[in-house]
Amino acid sequence: MQPLLTIQGPEAALFWFLAPLSVAAALGMLLVKKAVHSALLLAWVMITLAIFYIAQEAVFLGVVQVIVYTGAVMMLFLFILMLVGVDSSDSLTETIAGLRPIAITAAVGLGGLLVSLLGRATLGREPIGLEIANNAGNVQGLAQLLFSKYVFPFEVVSALLITAALGAMVLAHHQRTNPRPSQREQAINRFRSGSLAGAAGLPGPGVFARHNAVDVPALLPDGTPAPSSISATLKARGDVLDSGQFQLDNVDTTVVEEK
Amino acid sequence: MSLDNYLYLSAILFTIGAVGVVVRRNAIVVFMCVELMLNAANLTLVTFSRINGTLDAQVIAFFTMVVAACEVVVGLAIIVTIYRSRRSASIDDASLLKR
Amino acid sequence: MTMVTNNGLVYLIALPLFGAIALLLLGRRADKWGHLLATAMSAGSFAVGLFQLSEMLGRAAESRPVTQKLFTWISVGSFNVDASLLLDQLSICFVLLITGVGTLIHIYSISYMSHDPDRRRFFAYLNLFIAAMLLLVLGDSYLNLYVGWEGVGLASYLLIGFWNQKPAYATASKKAFIMNRIGDMGLSFAIMIAFASLGTVSFSGVKEHSHHASEATMTAIGIMLLVAAVGKSAQFPLQAWLGDAMAGPTPVSALIHAATMVTAGVYLIVRSNFVFDAAPNAQLLVVIVGAITLMFGALVGTAKDDIKKALAASTMSQIGYMILASGLGPAGYAFAIMHLLTHGFFKAGMFLGAGSVMHGMNDEVNMRRYGGLRKFMPITFITFGLGYLAIIGVPPFAGFYSKDMIIETALNAGGAKGIILGSVTLLGAAITAFYMTRVMILTFTSPKRWDDNQHPHESPILMWLPMVILSIGSVISGFLLYRGEALKHWLEPLFEEHGEHTELLPPIVVSGLALLMVAIGVAFAVIKYQLSEVDAVAPENVTEFTRVARRDLLQDDINEALFMRPGQAITSALVKIDQNVIDGAVHGIGKMALGSGSFLRKSQTGFVRSYAVLILIGAAALIAAIWVVTT
Repeated sequence: MQPLLTIQGPEAALFWFLAPLSVAAALGMLLVKKAVHSALLLAWVMITLAIFYIAQEAVFLGVVQVIVYTGAVMMLFLFILMLVGVDSSDSLTETIAGLRPIAITAAVGLGGLLVSLLGRATLGREPIGLEIANNAGNVQGLAQLLFSKYVFPFEVVSALLITAALGAMVLAHHQRTNPRPSQREQAINRFRSGSLAGAAGLPGPGVFARHNAVDVPALLPDGTPAPSSISATLKARGDVLDSGQFQLDNVDTTVVEEK
Repeated sequence: MSLDNYLYLSAILFTIGAVGVVVRRNAIVVFMCVELMLNAANLTLVTFSRINGTLDAQVIAFFTMVVAACEVVVGLAIIVTIYRSRRSASIDDASLLKR
Repeated sequence: MTMVTNNGLVYLIALPLFGAIALLLLGRRADKWGHLLATAMSAGSFAVGLFQLSEMLGRAAESRPVTQKLFTWISVGSFNVDASLLLDQLSICFVLLITGVGTLIHIYSISYMSHDPDRRRFFAYLNLFIAAMLLLVLGDSYLNLYVGWEGVGLASYLLIGFWNQKPAYATASKKAFIMNRIGDMGLSFAIMIAFASLGTVSFSGVKEHSHHASEATMTAIGIMLLVAAVGKSAQFPLQAWLGDAMAGPTPVSALIHAATMVTAGVYLIVRSNFVFDAAPNAQLLVVIVGAITLMFGALVGTAKDDIKKALAASTMSQIGYMILASGLGPAGYAFAIMHLLTHGFFKAGMFLGAGSVMHGMNDEVNMRRYGGLRKFMPITFITFGLGYLAIIGVPPFAGFYSKDMIIETALNAGGAKGIILGSVTLLGAAITAFYMTRVMILTFTSPKRWDDNQHPHESPILMWLPMVILSIGSVISGFLLYRGEALKHWLEPLFEEHGEHTELLPPIVVSGLALLMVAIGVAFAVIKYQLSEVDAVAPENVTEFTRVARRDLLQDDINEALFMRPGQAITSALVKIDQNVIDGAVHGIGKMALGSGSFLRKSQTGFVRSYAVLILIGAAALIAAIWVVTT
């Protein structure tokens, strides 16, 4: 039987170029230590898949993949990673005994079965191609199906979306369990805490300093730079200016702390 | 090259995602592996739509994407809530259901 | 043989049955007059019986039997049983005995039970008994007889356990019912065998078939009927219940366990004469049972100090005589019935006398605490004495004629059997004389052994009048039934004569021997009790025989050892099996579930990732299944 669809050369080339890349990215997502790197590798896999969709004449789906999946979902992942801990990393040693070999065996078995099953599924089936289905355009064709045959699942899924949004709001809502301490109470707590050093609040950047830049550390009463007055990021980057340049000479900076 | 290669690719991606769910301990990475599995399934659907010549499978893939989005929203909200109370994102710590 | 239909027969049963139902349903409302209604019903039934007798006397011998069909009872395929009544020469004797003695005992009970708040219920049960016993003797088939049979068993249970507040009395009534039940099984089997092999259960039908049925079938039916008779008439080996049945009120002992119910077995055997005549082996068994029981009852009676139990043992022994006579074939049937009728008079009279003595002695039953009551209760002494003379067989009182005829028939039975049976009956007569004299002496003529808080007095008229009437019967009934072979000719049409009679000894010699035995027995008793000191408390150092006889010749011990303890052992073994094996299996399943649960629980580690692996493995298995199925 004459196949209705033959895969042209360019598409084959595209496939053979991108497919190994996506597999490598997926493996990398599995193996890297930092979570942010995993997220970025996954984003790459999704873009690859979007390209595949467009190559397979599912234009609408490809675009939606980029916009919704890569754009919204993966960005959401990155936001949460930021909240939860960017530098939180897993050690790669396994805590549950024997889990890794079992998992790899099962997964490899699953993969093999899937491959053979899928291969059998297409035996004797010649690809028809989407020329005719996409006659009026891919979006129109999808719309035709979506609002006639699949309108009920469509409505149900929209209800699901609303529910999910509400659910997220409920889960993220942080309700105080004890009443918010008033100003007076906060002040009392500050004075009753361990030392009076924090009674007036932490010094902001530039306090006690002769320079009010963010990257100049404040000076403690005894003249040494206060480490808590500089953002840790700047410290990590080494962007801190030496406050010695702005030091006052011969200042009596002794103090007796009174309780 | 036949269209079967896309199917094999999706099978491989699915497998990798499955291993990742089991092996990784960070809750968010586990979630991302689940997303990988869903995407592999989508690829299968789109390929079959091309083989069969109808757009039904693409509609299903579309619904899958919507549902995956909802799932990600709720799941991540849960993870954030757990993180807020327990200060840890490792899923091994949520083991109170043991015997 | 077509029979005349008489529609008055049903009233015989209907009157006392109505009395019973009315008294039971009306409850406390009938307390004031219930006993009078019951007595009236019983008397009415007696009147109907007399009327039937007068009609029957006027007819020729062949047309004397009358029937009445009440309704078609069972009609299933080839099995047809009608609820019909049959009144023939044999039944009329019983009808008059039951209703006559029954009415007298009703009258007696009005006074005897006057202090009892449940008197109405007592009379209801008495009427129920009369109705059931009449149904027994009026039934025209074994199945109809069975209904009455069961009915009297029920009435006996209700009446023995009348004062069931005392656990011992309730146990006694249970014991009577259970042992009766064993006998009833015999009757059931007999009916079943009759139906299975002969196809009919009516008396006339079985009689027809008895001529050409196999001897084996007839023997089987006969043995089963004997088992039934043994149970109902307290013969060996089912005799243990009669002594304990004295727990019931004395009128009950008089009516049921002396005159009527215990004679139902004799009625059954005589009614089934065609069966036994066709099965000589069964007949032999009958006489053996009768002979054993005769001696058993006599021996037990010699050691009993309780007046009612002594009279019960005497009843057992006298019925042994009747059964023995009924096993002697056509020659003996009439004499069995004659002894039955005379025994009804004198035994009921003696029981009522015992009740009168108990009434006067504040319900004391131990004869060792009586003594010298002749002066205080003259009427009782005279009536009891007349009954005593009748039972030991002194001429011209009733027992002389009936018992002597039995002894004579036994001796004439031929061969070794005749000599053995004759000797047994003669010996029994001696022992009977001994223990009855003992009762008389201990109660009435020996010096008094009671103290001053007893005030013996004569009973009221409602109590001594029936005793007097019955004692008149004890005096004249034997002579009336014997004279001119009246009873024998009366009953002759029912039996089939065959064989000739051998005569071992002339009748006058037999009578002489019997009187000699009686004299020996009386002499022994007089020497031992009248002329020597009698202890107020039963002495301990007695012979082994006395000890055994006091324990009813160990009948309860044997029953317990042979039947009760093995039965209990089987029951407890079954209970153990139920608990350990069956319940154990059920519990075991539960334990298995628990065990496997705790084993499987180990997979609940709590780690999400282990669960994820399990899901993965499950998915792989599913895909593998699909893969296999679609190959």
